[in-house]
Order: sequence, then structure tokens, then C-alpha cells
Amino acid sequence: MSFSRGSRKIFDNISLDIHRGKVTAIMGPSGTGKTTLLKLIGGQLKPDQGSIEMDGNNVHQLSRKDLYQLRKRMGMLFQSGALLTDINVFDNIAYPIREHTDLDESLIRSLVLMKLNAVGLRGARDLMPSELSGGMARRVAMARAIALDPVMVMYDEPFTGQDPISMGVLVNLIRSMNQSLHLSSVVVSHDVPETLSISDFIYLISDGRIVAQGSPDELKNSSDPWVQQFITGQPDGPVPFHFTASPLMQDLLQE
Amino acid sequence: MLDYLQLTGQRVLAVFARLGQATLFLYQILLTLPGLLMRPSLIIKQLYSTGVQTLLIILVAGCFVGMVLALQAYYVLVDFGAEDSISQMVVLTLMRELGPVITGLLFAGRAGSALTAEIGLMKSTEQLSGMEMMAIDPMQRVMAPRVLAGFLAMPLLTAVFIAVGVLGGYLVAVHGVGIYEGVYWSLAQLKVDFYTDLMNGMIKSVVFGFVIVWIAVFEGYDSVPTSEGLGQATTRTVVHGSLAVLGLDFLLTAIMFGDI
Repeated sequence: MSFSRGSRKIFDNISLDIHRGKVTAIMGPSGTGKTTLLKLIGGQLKPDQGSIEMDGNNVHQLSRKDLYQLRKRMGMLFQSGALLTDINVFDNIAYPIREHTDLDESLIRSLVLMKLNAVGLRGARDLMPSELSGGMARRVAMARAIALDPVMVMYDEPFTGQDPISMGVLVNLIRSMNQSLHLSSVVVSHDVPETLSISDFIYLISDGRIVAQGSPDELKNSSDPWVQQFITGQPDGPVPFHFTASPLMQDLLQE
Repeated sequence: MLDYLQLTGQRVLAVFARLGQATLFLYQILLTLPGLLMRPSLIIKQLYSTGVQTLLIILVAGCFVGMVLALQAYYVLVDFGAEDSISQMVVLTLMRELGPVITGLLFAGRAGSALTAEIGLMKSTEQLSGMEMMAIDPMQRVMAPRVLAGFLAMPLLTAVFIAVGVLGGYLVAVHGVGIYEGVYWSLAQLKVDFYTDLMNGMIKSVVFGFVIVWIAVFEGYDSVPTSEGLGQATTRTVVHGSLAVLGLDFLLTAIMFGDI
């Protein structure tokens, strides 16, 4: 699959598989198009070339109606949480259920409370999104992502900006929900230790290409200097510390 | 010279491209209207935020405009001994022109800017993308109720503006400059034609309302999701909405009352 924004090539003929029942991580430096990849998988963007298939369906050849049917089987956790700000936590979780089912309100209440209980926020059901901390908002968004019992959940930078406790909670939730709900999870992140700890398989993306792939252990033991620099967070290496510039002395002496 | 021509050409093309985008956007909204009519609660909620919350500014502005109109009419007409006709001038001016136009301008400033800011913020915080990923069409759930509510709210607000304006004129004319109460009301009633004056004014308000909410939701949806982009989109809504009201007012007046 290839995808460009204007003249800038975001993905150049990449190919990857998301394995059923596994946690697959997409990692790479900021600005490499990780979020764009999730939007391509969800059918919000269309690739220039190639195709994206889910359960044998070419996502971008589906009619709008069929695409919406497919999306009911996908959950997505946005980096910002993307909670609807004019309704409370309970109604945020209930929103997709009310929209897509004719379930009785008492049954919806039970379902919502179960989803909130799964993320530990049953007691926060009456709070408005503005009253939640960043970590709580992400957990609510997580509960909403699984509201329709999807088969696949995509997480966009779930750990960014979280304190250590919230991060630990999110790490555990992603792993445990993947197992208990038999999900296939796609985690987009550049938080290396957290992502390595919960992933079954990792793709490292840079400059529009997949530069490495494998299990967390395989990547940790990789001899590729780029992979090592990314995994260990070295400030200099194949990705230079300095942006391309003329020599310092020449710049300083220039009038 | 060639550069200038090229730049002008590019800008003109960009304007037409944007107009095309806005038309397609409106078409997508209109397609969702039948489904929306099955969910009246969505429309009622938006009627509250676009209509009811604009009511106060309409009431206050309507009252003052009516009072000023009556006062100015008195200053002019008293020289000719025709001050009894104040109500005729106040009522006809409000119904034909000032009612729909000022309500439209206030609506663009109050409700239009709020709509753009709300939708723009929903876009920048990924709420619209989130709805899409939940297989919920934001056109139907977010845009269409707001467009329909604005379309319904404008004539109601205009009617309120006119009514309050006539009462404001009554206060000045009867209790301020001493016109006989019976003359004020009877001349107002006598000189107003239901179709020519009131209905034409209402038609104007419907057109203005539709155009303003169309501009407002499109600007919000098309805004650059940054604080600067959102500010620019809100400004564009007020400026374009106000200019559209004034331009369309001339066009509609020419069609309704003139021989052009």
C-alpha cells in the first residue's frame, strides 16, 4: 500500500499483517504516519495504491453502508480520547450502543456499567469529560471503543502524556482486554518499554517504509543500528542529532 | 503583470473551488435530512442552542431599534404634521427590512459564530473522526440538526424582533412623544399587507437563516484544527454571513418589491 499527502510520500509500498488475537504494535519516530496508518485501516483515508483488507473485505471498495457495518466491528482509541464533550461519561459509552441497537434502556445501563467496570471507572459515570484527568479520559475512551464488542481495537498513542500510574493501568488494560475479549489489537506508539511489554509483534516504520519487524525480543536483539538507536533512545546515531546544516565554524564566521 | 494576473486567477479559482466544496457539503447534509426527521429530539436540542439562546440579544436589539425608528420618524414627520404616521413607518420598516436583516446580522454574530466554533472544536478534538469510527455519520448527527434548527429558528427570531420593535416604537410614540394610542395601532394595522409586507419579510428571514447556518457549519467543518484556524473560521462565518445577508437582502428586495 502507498499513500501520499500532496507531494510527500507517507507510505511507500508497505505491506503488513495484523494477526488475529494478537497485540500488534506500529512504532516509529514522530511524524512517520502512524496515526495516518490507523485512519487508512479504518477507511477514513484512501491509499493511492494497493489495498487494505479486514476479514477478506477490501476496506476501500466497500459502499458507505458496508464500511459503517465494518466499523461497528472496529474500535478506536484516539490520542485525544475524542469523547463527546457535551454529554457525561455514561452517555459517551452508551452513545454507540443507543445509535446502533434497539436495546432497552435498562439493558444499555447494565452494558455501560460493565464496560466502565472493565476500565475501573464505574464510579465516574456521572462526570463530564472536562472533569476527567488525561488517564481517566483515555480509559473512558477505551470503554467506548469496546462498547459494541468489536473484533479489533486500534489504539492511537495510548501512553502519550500519561503519569506512571495511568500508564501502568493502560498497559495492563490493553493486554488484559485483548485476552479476555479475544480482540486483535493494533497499538500505535513511540513509547518503547510499554509497547514492547505488551506486544506480540512489532513493525518499526520510518520514512514511509517498514525498517524492521519481529517479536519484542527479536527487535531488542537486532543488530540494525537504526533499530538499536530507536529501542534504546540514543540521541545520536543513524538518525543524527543535528539537522542537516553547514559546518558550525563556517556558520559562526559568516557575516 | 503576468504574475498579478496569475495570482488573481488562482484566487478566483480557489473561491470557486471552495464554493463547490460548500455545495457538496450541503448536498451531503440534505441527503441525511429524511433520517433526521425520525429523530426530532436532535433538532429540538439545537433549536434551543441556536434559537432560545439568541433570544435575549434579539429582544434587547429589537426594542431599541423600534424605539430609535419611532424617534427618527417623529423628528422627520413632525415638520410635515404627519407624526401620526410613525407606526406605519416603524412597522413597515421592521417587517420589510430591518426585522430580517438585523436579526440575520445578530444571528450570524451570535449563533453562527458559536456553531462554527463548536464544530471546529469537535473537529480539532477528533470528536467528528471518533463518530465516524463508531459508524455514526456526523453529517446526520451533527451538521444536519444544526442546519435545520437554524433554518427554523431564524423566522421565529425575526417575528420576535419585529414584535418587540413595534412595542418599542409604541413606547416612544405613545408614551414619549404623545401620539394617540388608537392612531398608532390602527394605522399600523391599516397599512400593513399580510403577504407583501409580513410574508416577504419572513421569506427573507428563512433565506438568511439557511445561508447563515450553511456558512457556519461549513466553516466549522472545513476549519484548520488549530486555535488560529478556528479563530479565522469563526471570523469568516461572521463576515461572510453578514455580507451574504446584506447582498441577498438587496436581491430579494428587488425581486419582491421592485420591477427589476
